[in-house]
Order: sequence, then C-alpha cells, then structure tokens
Amino acid sequence: MRYFTRRVVLFLITLWAAVTLNFILPRLMPGSPADAALARLASTGQPITNAQRDAIQAQLGGANGNIVGQYFDYLGNIFTLQWGRSYSYATETVAHSVGRALPWTLILVGVTTIVAFVIGTLMGVYAGWRRGRAADATVTVGATFLASFPPFWLGLLLLYLFAFQLNWFPITGGYSAGTAPEWTWSFLVNAFEHSVLPAITLAVTSLSGWVFGMRNNMINTLGEDYVTFGQANGLRGRTIATLYAARNALLPNVTAFGLSLGAVVGGSVLVEGIFGYPGIGNLLYTAVTNQDYPLMQALFLVITVSMLVAIFVVDLLYARLDPRVRVGPEGS
Amino acid sequence: MTNVSVTPSAPTDIPEIDDRKVNRSHLPAPVRFVGRAVATLWRNGKARIGIVVLVLFLLVAALAPLIARQSPTSTDFIPYQHPNSINWFGTTGNGQDVFAQMVYGSRISLLVGLLAGLGATVVATVIGLIAGYRPGPVDEVLSFLTNLVLVIPGLPLMIILAAYLQSRSVWTIVLVVAFTSWATGARVIRSQASTLRNREFITSAVFSGERLSRVVFREILPNMTSLVAASFFGAATAAVMAEASLEFLGLGDPNTVSWGTILYYAQQQNALLTGQWLLVFAPGLAIALLAVSFTLINFGVDTLSNPRLRER
Repeated sequence: MRYFTRRVVLFLITLWAAVTLNFILPRLMPGSPADAALARLASTGQPITNAQRDAIQAQLGGANGNIVGQYFDYLGNIFTLQWGRSYSYATETVAHSVGRALPWTLILVGVTTIVAFVIGTLMGVYAGWRRGRAADATVTVGATFLASFPPFWLGLLLLYLFAFQLNWFPITGGYSAGTAPEWTWSFLVNAFEHSVLPAITLAVTSLSGWVFGMRNNMINTLGEDYVTFGQANGLRGRTIATLYAARNALLPNVTAFGLSLGAVVGGSVLVEGIFGYPGIGNLLYTAVTNQDYPLMQALFLVITVSMLVAIFVVDLLYARLDPRVRVGPEGS
Repeated sequence: MTNVSVTPSAPTDIPEIDDRKVNRSHLPAPVRFVGRAVATLWRNGKARIGIVVLVLFLLVAALAPLIARQSPTSTDFIPYQHPNSINWFGTTGNGQDVFAQMVYGSRISLLVGLLAGLGATVVATVIGLIAGYRPGPVDEVLSFLTNLVLVIPGLPLMIILAAYLQSRSVWTIVLVVAFTSWATGARVIRSQASTLRNREFITSAVFSGERLSRVVFREILPNMTSLVAASFFGAATAAVMAEASLEFLGLGDPNTVSWGTILYYAQQQNALLTGQWLLVFAPGLAIALLAVSFTLINFGVDTLSNPRLRER
C-alpha cells in the first residue's frame, strides 16, 4: 500500500511538473511566440478583442503580463478545456480540433501498436531461442533493415508505388472527400482503405523494436541458472523456451509496451502528415508548418499527459508482475 | 594554429594519439579498452559488416570533394533533370546537383548522429549509474527527472522545441536531440545498476572497504559496457532519424546540405509527382544504411561484457 501511495504522489508531482513545463517552455524561448501568434491572428483579417489578447498572453506569455496571474489563468484554462483558438482552423476552438482528431489516431496507431507488439514479441522469442541459427539471422537482419527505414520515407515510397503508380489505394486523407464520418458499412470500408498504407508503414517500422527487445531479453534469461537446471533435468526445448524463458523475458517489455501505448495519442507526426490522415499527428504537422503556437501547445499538453498516465499505470502493473520491485526499495 | 607537427621525440608508445602536446599519460588504458572492444566487435559477423559500412560513410564524408565533381550548392544546372552523365542523380528544382548533395550531406548526418549520440550517452550513463546505485532521495530525484523527460515523447518534444526556438541550425538539432534522447538509456542503465547492487560481488566489494566511486566505476560499470554501448548506438540511430525528420518538416537550416534537406526540397517540389523518385529514394536509403550500420554494430555489443556470447 505504501508503494501505491508513493506512486500516486509521484504521478501528481510529475503531472504538475509537465503542465508547468508546458507553461514555461514558450516563455523561455528567444523571440516571443505570443507576439508571433498575435501577428498571425491579425493577418487572418479578424479583429482581435482584448479578451483574445489576454487569453493568448496567458497561454504563451506576453510582453506586459503578471506572470503569476498568467500561470493561474493558464491552469484554470486547462481544466475548463479553454485551450484558445488556432488560426489553422479558424472556425473551431483548439479543444474541438483535438477532440475531432483523437479517435482517428487512437484507432490507427493503437491497433498498429498492438499488432506490432504481438508479432514482434513472438518473432523475438523465436529468434532468441534459435540464437545463432539461420532462422535467427533471417529474422534479425530482416528486422534491422525494416527498422532503419525512416518511417516517413517508407510512407512516401509506399504512397508512390501503391497509390500513384498502381492506384490500389487512395492518395490522401482518412476518408474520401464528399463523405462524412458516420457509422455505415460503406464509410467504414472507405476509412479502412485509407488507413491501410499508413498502418503498414507504422507497423513495419515499429515491429523491429519488439523483436530486438524480446530477443535480447531471451538471451539474457537463457543464461540464467534455472534455465540450465531445466535443461539438465531433460525438459523439452519448447517448454523451456515458452514457460521458463519467455515468461520472464517478457517482463521488461511490459514497460516498453505501456510506454508505446502512452505514445499512441501523440500519433505519428510525419506519417500522418504525409498521408493527410486526420489524426493528432497530422494536426501537429499542420500546427508546426503554420507556426500555430496555441494549437501546438495544447497538443503537446495532451500528448504529454497521456504518456504520464500510461507510465503511472505501467508502474502499478509492474509491481503486480514483479514483487521484487515493490519490496526492493524498502528492503535495503 | 595549423602547425601540429608530429614530434618524433615524443616519448609515447601509442602513435595514434600523439597529435596533442598535452600530457596524456592517463589515456593508454581507455585507448587499449576501445581497441579491445573494436577487436571483440570485429569477431562478430554482423558487427563487422556494420563497421565496414560505417567506415565507408566516414570515408565518403572525409573525401567528399574528391568523390563529387560538382559543387553541392551551385545552382547553375538545368532544374528538374533526370539522371544523366553530368548529374548522376539528376538535379533539384533549384538546379542543384543531387549526387554532390548526397556526398556532402553525409557530413552533416554523421556529425549530428555521432555528436548527439555521444552527448545523450554520457548523460544517460551518469544519471543511470548514480540513480541505480543510490536508492532513496538521490534515486527519487534522478528517476523523477528521467521520467519527466521520458513522458514527453521524443519527436513531438523535438518538434516543439525546434519550432519555439526560431533559430534554424545544425547545432540546434544536435542539442535538441541530445537533450531529449538520454532518458531511455538512463532508465535501462539504472535498472541494471539496481539489480547489480544486490549481487554478491558488489556486497563483498563494499564490505572490503572500497570507495563509492570505485565500486560504481570499477565494479558495476564494466558489467554494463554493452548497455552503455547499446545506448550510444541507439541514440546515434535515433539522432540520424530525428535530424532527417526535423529537416523534412522544415525545422532545420534550409541552407545546409544534408540528406534531410534533400528530402525536404523533394517534397516541396513534388519530386514524386514529376517522377523524380530518386530524390526521395537516395537520401532515405542513405539514412537507412547508416542506421543499419549502427544497429549491426549493436549486435556485437552484447558480447562486450559477456564472453560466453562470443562467436567462436
């Protein structure tokens, strides 16, 4: 129970630190992002009200503001989802843009992350068990090459080959222009067709991390005495590989898996950007290319907080899986 | 100050490092250590291929003016050329020779990769070792710091930092990448150090009265050589990729000649639509090959601190 309390307190402190960092970062930077944001807003032709100016200065730091007051304004605005107005999407608030993009990213990146984890881990167990054999070499060399492709580059090549040249898949977007998101069969098929190329790109380039992680853990675990003992007792190879080694080798990968689930919300900036997929990553891509600081700051907050929550959950889970962690700090 | 002359009178038994006039009598041990490490890596088939590829890239970067006949920044060529006898890889929309840009671009990618990887590894090792070996408040603070950097997913943080910092230069990218890439390594090294802390040989070292620094750097660190090396090659790979990503987004210096900016201009000028797929293919392949070489070297790295894993 003490472990649990400690984790909760740590989580809350980290949350506060991350939220505060998001407040400080734009204020530390040379050249005022707030001025840039105001100039950008003025260039859209809308009149800027005093309330808007105050809001932007609370968010990004202004030339003549009380910093403590701004900080509390900023904190208040976060909890009431008043994340300001972006000028990339002038007709809606930042919170709306984020809410609209979130489901797309959760489905695309979430599913590909889980698929890549399962396939990669299985391949890693096999390669680690067959260490030094032909099968190990095939898996590891293949995974090495796939891992080394910059994801956006693989995406561009797939786009060129399968969308431009062969016309098998649509070129851009999450669904065809002219259709609107709705729960009909034809729309789901349409959305699926649009997600195939980005999904392949993301899965292929993230697969190898799991292969290598699991392969290395397997090799370490296979060097342990209890594995030698099992072999001396004449246990079948498959029993040792799965029940003895793989179970324990999986443990460190649980942490990594939790972290990558936390990273799902951040999406994949470049891959979503290239495919014009309507997710969080693409939103950040748009925000960066338009220098849309309010949108950027809100996205950064969302991405960071979801990662924090994931780490918190993983820490609790890990203590359940490995009692040594829970007992360790107090025992010494 | 270019008069660095190799003085034959210098009483040194290691000729490779006699280029500095300062007293380096403490260097032989680390140099011998690195030499032994490279020899160990060389024995591993995959790592050997990786070393060969890396050395090839280093040679291309060093001998760039001899390999590329054209200037990488000259805009005198006919724009949008397909590959021909003068412009082997074609030309960009600005009339620049792509082959020369590829050759000279290797310098920036190697520089960013190795420097950022080195910076990230030093930070990761120091923080990971101290946190792992000192449970209690020290570990709490350092782990908190590590978690804070970890919770902020790498690429978005780099993008945000580079976007806020309105200065666009290679050094910005090196700093941003080094500043954001150390946490993973620190976490791994910390957990290994905290496992080792409870092993018998550490307990006996402590009971025999060894100083803290000796226990940490002489007893624990050698057992983690492979983790430290792996963290370096991992960070270097990440740095090469991150550099390409930031420049592709337009957050790099657009006047630098690098693989990332070739990709950036290729996308801006719709090279794929005009059929100039080589402008996308070549820089991406070079980035991939450099990353492959780092990863291949990493395969031999687990044999560094575990002789049982070495191939016979």
